Amino acid sequence: MSAHTIATTRSAMGIPTGRLAVWWVLCSEIVIFGGILVSYIMHRLGHPEWGHQAAHTNLWIGAFNTLVLLSSSLSAVLAHQAAEQGNGPKAARLLFATIGGGATFLTVKGFEWTEEITHGMTIQSGGFWSYYYTAAGIHATHVLAGMVIMVFIAMAALKNRDLHRVELVGIYWHFVDIVWIFLFPLLYIAK
Amino acid sequence: MSAHEHAAAHPVHRNYVMIWAILVGLLVISVAGPFLGIRVVTLITAFGIALVKAYMVAKNFMHLDVEKPIIHWLLAIILVLMVLLFSGLAPDVMKDSGRNWKKDAGFHTLPPAAEHAVTDEHDHGAKNH
Repeated sequence: MSAHTIATTRSAMGIPTGRLAVWWVLCSEIVIFGGILVSYIMHRLGHPEWGHQAAHTNLWIGAFNTLVLLSSSLSAVLAHQAAEQGNGPKAARLLFATIGGGATFLTVKGFEWTEEITHGMTIQSGGFWSYYYTAAGIHATHVLAGMVIMVFIAMAALKNRDLHRVELVGIYWHFVDIVWIFLFPLLYIAK
Repeated sequence: MSAHEHAAAHPVHRNYVMIWAILVGLLVISVAGPFLGIRVVTLITAFGIALVKAYMVAKNFMHLDVEKPIIHWLLAIILVLMVLLFSGLAPDVMKDSGRNWKKDAGFHTLPPAAEHAVTDEHDHGAKNH
């Protein structure tokens, strides 16, 4: 007999407590990212000259990373589907594929930032670059956090344990994907 | 509720690979848009498509369409707060004057002390080299 946490067994307002908690976390995340994006948009509209700074970001790298995150969202939702079918090992494999997507994203970001910083475009180079590094940096931190959480959930899923958590980490991961969906046009397309 | 019970409660069958393919197609359009060089088209293909992609991910991958109303309310309240934040702060940031206020000429420049500090630092750096 395995011990279950309250978040696993209790259901508040017809929603499992764990899932309700994830949505609650996401609401606070919306405030964090929403605040940054709203602030960026209003400053960007007031400073058309930032377009010259934004012209230095690499559209193709941004597009590639968008493709990577969209694909990792696909593997995350397929992992959820496998968990619903009670297939823990398959869910774990798909979660590891999602972690691979996150690792690819961060690796590309690392090369991209190294290139930009060595060319003198640092967080102090101007208003646009301050927002660029802050928004993308906080987003990358969330990607890393999701990967770490996913490792634990995938290890448990391999043993068919706590499969409901596959959905919970998936919801978080899709949110991180949505944030990037908005960061991509704001930082890479609008020039 | 277990994952199985949740699945039983939400018997919505989706072709996730097809949804992913549509998202990738939309990504291609958003990348191609700016190459036309038409500002309105760029705005639509960049931000309009971003909204569509976000909606598709939320609906199909996060299963927001079959989520309980309390979650919709939570998200709606937070998004309204974001709109309020924008409308409350935007005039201060984006405008130079209002009914009872006006930014003076030096509003966007550093205060004198900070300017001297930057100048001094620059001078010291130049002397050292």
